[in-house]
Amino acid sequence: MSAVVVDGLGKAYPRASSKALTDVSFAVDRGEIFGLIGPDGAGKTTLIRILTTLLLADQGTASVLGHDVVRDFRAIRALVGYMPGRFSLYQDLSVAENLAFFATVFGTTVEANYHLVADIYSQLEPFKTRLAGKLSGGMKQKLALCCALIHAPKVLFLDEPTTGVDPVSRKDFWGMLGRLREGGITILVSTPYMDEAARCDRIALVQKGQIIALDSLAGLVESHATETYAVSGERLFPILNDLRAYAGTRYCFAFGREHHLVLKPDAGGPEAALAYLRGLGHQTASIRAIRPNVEDVFIDLIHEQGQ
Amino acid sequence: MTEWVIEAENLTRRFGAFTAVDAINLKVAAGEIFGFLGANGAGKTTAMRIFCGLLEPSSGRATVAGFDAMTQSEQIKQRIGYMSQKFSLYGKLTVKQNIRFFAGIYGLSRREVKQKTGEIVERLGLTTAADTLVDELPLGWKQRISFAVATVHQPKVVFLDEPTGGVDPIVRRQFWDMIFEASSRGVTVFVTTHYMDEAEYCDRVSIMVDGAVAAMGKPAELCAEYGVASVEEVFVALARKATRHGD
Amino acid sequence: MATEAPLAVARGVSGLSMFAAFVLKEAKHVLRDRRSLLILLGLPIVMMTLFGFALSNEVKNTNFVVLDRAPDASTLGLTGRISESNYFTFAGRVQSEAEINDRFRRGDARLAVVFPADFEHDLRHLGHAQIRLVADASDPNTASTVSNYAAAIVAQYQAELAEGSVGPGAIAVETRMLYNPQLKSSYMFVPGVMTLILMLLGAMMTSVSIVREKERGTMEVLLVSPMNPLILIIGKAVPYLVLCLIDVLIILLLSYGLLDLPGGANLPLLIAESLLFILTTLTLGLVISNLVQQQQTAMFVSLVGLLMPSLVFSGFMFPIENMPLPLRVISHLVPTRWFYLIASNVMIKHLGFAAVIQPTLILAGMTLVLLFIAWRTFKQRL
Repeated sequence: MSAVVVDGLGKAYPRASSKALTDVSFAVDRGEIFGLIGPDGAGKTTLIRILTTLLLADQGTASVLGHDVVRDFRAIRALVGYMPGRFSLYQDLSVAENLAFFATVFGTTVEANYHLVADIYSQLEPFKTRLAGKLSGGMKQKLALCCALIHAPKVLFLDEPTTGVDPVSRKDFWGMLGRLREGGITILVSTPYMDEAARCDRIALVQKGQIIALDSLAGLVESHATETYAVSGERLFPILNDLRAYAGTRYCFAFGREHHLVLKPDAGGPEAALAYLRGLGHQTASIRAIRPNVEDVFIDLIHEQGQ
Repeated sequence: MTEWVIEAENLTRRFGAFTAVDAINLKVAAGEIFGFLGANGAGKTTAMRIFCGLLEPSSGRATVAGFDAMTQSEQIKQRIGYMSQKFSLYGKLTVKQNIRFFAGIYGLSRREVKQKTGEIVERLGLTTAADTLVDELPLGWKQRISFAVATVHQPKVVFLDEPTGGVDPIVRRQFWDMIFEASSRGVTVFVTTHYMDEAEYCDRVSIMVDGAVAAMGKPAELCAEYGVASVEEVFVALARKATRHGD
Repeated sequence: MATEAPLAVARGVSGLSMFAAFVLKEAKHVLRDRRSLLILLGLPIVMMTLFGFALSNEVKNTNFVVLDRAPDASTLGLTGRISESNYFTFAGRVQSEAEINDRFRRGDARLAVVFPADFEHDLRHLGHAQIRLVADASDPNTASTVSNYAAAIVAQYQAELAEGSVGPGAIAVETRMLYNPQLKSSYMFVPGVMTLILMLLGAMMTSVSIVREKERGTMEVLLVSPMNPLILIIGKAVPYLVLCLIDVLIILLLSYGLLDLPGGANLPLLIAESLLFILTTLTLGLVISNLVQQQQTAMFVSLVGLLMPSLVFSGFMFPIENMPLPLRVISHLVPTRWFYLIASNVMIKHLGFAAVIQPTLILAGMTLVLLFIAWRTFKQRL
């Protein structure tokens, strides 16, 4: 049985020019980490708020653990954990006070469920008398996760938990999510960071209120295996501009110290492109075929839509 | 001889007993894209505020565009541009009105304001949206307009504090296209980011750990030095050694 | 499809301990926020002092001038008597009506006493005489107070003359000040100040503290929890109820200790009525918090939407009887009007419960209606 079932959800906000969600359908399996990946304003938060019974959809239905999000919202509220997008703990209460308060609100005690958060909370323990407002970004996020976990939820909804958090804290955070999943919790998480897709069992790419692709990362890369080339060379910015001006280029974007180039089918392959660059004086330019990553896939999908 | 636009010598800033920035030394050359990396709470924001003339150093020296951060912060403010995720445009003004307003603030003449406004609108491809309220534009456009506004007075150096949060991969790269373009015009770019692939775009990066600069250099050189494939791995290796956890 | 049964509430944590945790948390917020604590406890002190001393309509040391065309024993005696009083200071003689005008314009006198040339003669031989009191009525309230005081002094002087058989019965001016025999008005403000403070703090503090949770995102987490929203609402109200009661005590202490409010009021009745009014303001705060999303809006609505009508329609600043009919009708809908009536009846006139039954019932009815509105407008979702 699926932990979360979403069927044809639609939502429009009054006064907004475009719809927040359009005909969104998917199912999250029990015990998986399901990632909603997309930029700000794509509709991720709206979707999570509908699933956590905070918002009502205009169209479609959704259920969590078999409970309808509209009719049985009370049942869902007792079963799920939720971490909203912004830091939503009491800044003027200490670490320990926050945890104790949320435990009580969710009808339990810290002692009864300490084992659930011990792994994460142990890192916060040295600072437990510090006010939550004085913690660093990574620590705040760990505390928020503890507070969302303390009542042993069956499904965890995390709305952009890693936004604005440094790469190391992000890595740690995903490590924690991985261990939670081993404990059997279903996790639905949204993020604007494409590289975090690799940590999810399955991902849905969200753009402008629609799911434009849904699969495992490997499956996504497989199904969008456009021939992608990495171009490197000495003067990267001129190379980028020259490649964009090249007649055979479908699109070309910077990826770190390389550019990822996707060619038109009739463009004569990488050899022709390299010859073109050399002809423009980029003697050190080199080109090689690569396996696209999730950002390549996303770019490809957006590009397709734009056409 | 290299022209240094930003120079820090043993730059230190304390808040009470807490040393946020601990004797950092760095130099940024004119026209360079400099990536200023560090974990949350490593001291990036404090250092950046000193460079922007918003905070005085406790000890050490910082010069920006040739002016001393301790005594000449007003001169510095006239010669730099600043953009952060939080520093947003006025949502209830149109694109044009925003550009005109900020150009006016930077003391451009009426004629220059008019000319610049037209130029920016055209360069950003916003001709059809020039009279749209900024609130109604997608985030990516707002970021690009913010950047254009931050450089409207042709500053020597522009400070970008996590400028690309929350946008899709194409929009993020379009933003970097603007950075490259500004850099090619000679503008120095000082940028913080949590996207490690963006660190690779920089001419040089520094990585702050616990208030000090733990590593600095060209991305490729740093990777070679640490024997890893990406700046991200260098970053993780260094940030793991951090001991402090406050902001 | 099988469903998962909710079991969180069955884990041995009762609604009561949730409630206790909530009140405790709320108390910590209040105690740790120096600024709001300062407002909560400092406002009554500041307002009482301001109204009690600085803003009181008591008139002290008002400058007066005398136009005396034929000075004699009687006119000098009366002039001396007026300048002896605490209320007036002699500011010299003038020679003409035009000069009075002049002094008023320069602002160095607010009252002129004009004696006719034959004052002494009339008083002794006709048994009555005329004097004219000219007041600067650019501030009508002060002008009427000032001339009343002066008239009272004149009447007193005449009465003394009559007693000493200097002349046959002079005319006494009838000035009777009800409930305020000494013309000392500081404590007259207490019921009004108390009404305003409770309205402002009760409604503003509750609404702001709930809206703060919305603004900071903690409301989202609380909503997605098995907790009954009723616990949230009552848990929010309790600490502010206590604080408002403390404010009532501060006000009473200041009134009796500092402003010499005469004793004799039924204090248990007064505190019970205050409690009722605090409940009214707290529910008003709840209604506001249900309707707005930002702390600033909540504060603005409380200040402009509640404080202004309270000032205008309570009868504290402006007498309701003098208002045009539509405004008088509106004033019936303003809770502060009823509490002001209760408070001044109990505190100043020392009346008992029987005299305030009607406004008490009206206030209770309003509270119930507001509570119903608060309950109906509470959103289970965002």
